[in-house]
Amino acid sequence: MSEATETKKPAGKKRFELDDRLKAYKGIWVFIEHERGTIHSVSLELLGEGRKLADSLGVELAGVVMGPPGETTRSFCREAFFHGADLCYLMEDPLLTDYRNEPYTRGMTDLVNKYQPEILLLGATTLGRDLAGSVATTLKTGLTADCTELNMDMEGRSLLATRPTFGGSLLCTIQTLNYRPQMATIRPRVMAMPDRDNARSGRIVEDALGMVESSIVTKVLEFIPDEMQDKPQLPFADIIVSGGRGMKKPENFKLIWDLAKVLGAEVGATRPVVQSGWVDLERQVGQSGKTVRPKLYIAAGISGAIQHRVGMDASDVIIAINNDPNAPIFDFAHYGIVGNAMTILPALTDAFRIHLATARKAG
Amino acid sequence: MHIVVCIKQVPDSAQIRVHPVTNTIMRQGVPAIVNPYDLFALEEALRLKDQYGGRVTVLTMGPPMAEAALRKAISYGADDAVLVTDRVFAGSDTLATSYALASAIGQIHKDMPVDLVFTGKQTIDGDTAQVGPGIAKRLDMQLLTYVSKVRSLDIDHKEIIVERRSEGGVQVLKTSIPSLITVLEGSNEMRFATMANMFRASRYPVKVWNKELAGIEDPTKTGLKGSPTVVSKVFAPTPRAVKAEIIQCESDDPKDLSVTLLAKMFAKHPKLEKEIAKRAA
Repeated sequence: MSEATETKKPAGKKRFELDDRLKAYKGIWVFIEHERGTIHSVSLELLGEGRKLADSLGVELAGVVMGPPGETTRSFCREAFFHGADLCYLMEDPLLTDYRNEPYTRGMTDLVNKYQPEILLLGATTLGRDLAGSVATTLKTGLTADCTELNMDMEGRSLLATRPTFGGSLLCTIQTLNYRPQMATIRPRVMAMPDRDNARSGRIVEDALGMVESSIVTKVLEFIPDEMQDKPQLPFADIIVSGGRGMKKPENFKLIWDLAKVLGAEVGATRPVVQSGWVDLERQVGQSGKTVRPKLYIAAGISGAIQHRVGMDASDVIIAINNDPNAPIFDFAHYGIVGNAMTILPALTDAFRIHLATARKAG
Repeated sequence: MHIVVCIKQVPDSAQIRVHPVTNTIMRQGVPAIVNPYDLFALEEALRLKDQYGGRVTVLTMGPPMAEAALRKAISYGADDAVLVTDRVFAGSDTLATSYALASAIGQIHKDMPVDLVFTGKQTIDGDTAQVGPGIAKRLDMQLLTYVSKVRSLDIDHKEIIVERRSEGGVQVLKTSIPSLITVLEGSNEMRFATMANMFRASRYPVKVWNKELAGIEDPTKTGLKGSPTVVSKVFAPTPRAVKAEIIQCESDDPKDLSVTLLAKMFAKHPKLEKEIAKRAA
């Protein structure tokens, strides 16, 4: 009995001590994603965030560049330096020309085992999620998907990865305590794009993949690029007009389109609206849709559930129209109109049309 | 041909509410449904069965009540159903979940060799998309994520060709089976349950496996113990310091409200006004 009392841990927060074998893991890595010869903007956004984490830990920030041999692949290293990386791990091999799970997982896993980073960040894209899930399982370490915020707990050098939970109604912070590297994926546009500094440079550490084509089972037969002009580009839109369930009927969505047309804006929507088939999946804003950062976001008939909020609350100016004065959207919008969206929207469309015509004449 | 479809029972997130005062989740009365993304996986598997013959086994891990999700799948036309349930699995993260499911698929494989494993692209409660890749790696299967279409399947040569959504386009991939496919939403439309299958579902004896039956070799790799990630905090987002400025006028006329809003907003954000004027022109 007394023994049990003596060994009882002190109340309050448990002190956490990292295993000695894990203390060797140092540094922040960002996977530099690219497809069709272009670097994905999410990788640069993650370098900006990774820079902050690296500085707080006093370690280096590295980009991981994998691709076919050549100038294009090497230029991605330079881009990484311009956006904050101190060094790049470069793996060039013709087998890495197109993304395939097997060689990329192998290459990344080998690099992690050899150089032992404490944190590995990837974009939560189709490619990044495919790779992250495979690498984390192969390394038997923790992976947190779709983070909206990253911080450090300096005690134990632990990454605090915050993401929405319970279908997006609350947030949770997840830690990977006694495993390394700590892995996380972050969606495009969640983190701000860092400034580009062309004067920055860094060193390149090269490694070989060490695989042969005959050992890779999956073959790429063809790549059919999307027709860009047909697809809405919400993540990079400057103005977005979005509607939620408060629009009541699919026909009422025309009011959203009318306002968007006057503003030259994209149309967005919440998950329930997309699931009801009122608008395309490509237009879904929120945790399970797109993350956007427009200069102006107009939300009509949207209550402002976290699942939607995390996708749009980095917008510069948010206007909310909702008939419920207690709707959570008014907690984080900048301007609010309490009223029926079906009568407010046409009036707002007219007001914008008149205002813009006057402004153009004056300007 | 034998296809295993992994499904999950999830709370219907559209119906989850947060208590306005205490900020806690109100779970009472929230109905449990089959994860909607998994239905695309199930339908794709059933279509391959219609075309090539064989069997479809549905598999889930969860509490005993998750059996209802399996019955639903049987009513759509799945042949067999396995529920993996054990207290040791409680608190599993994606790494631990993929271990338990991969072990169970190994047991299913002993009864009838598994050619393909299908999953949804992600769940609507966890939204991680990590368990599919995890199972594939553990079983050393080829991994094909975000598949929108199975173009062809050649069982004799163990070859499958699929279309996979990638950033900026569609990859057409050829690989060998066994492989694990995560199916993109909208790839198909779930069939209606037939009367015969609904009747069968109501009487079907779901196989219920504890950790031993599921072939778990190392229970420390499951549940909280086997999970590298821990949830250290659950919280409601902090409201902004300043709430929205609610536009008010003497009248409630939408026109007055709109004009007042624009005047206030553009007075504070003149750059935004120029920007919009430029675009709209």
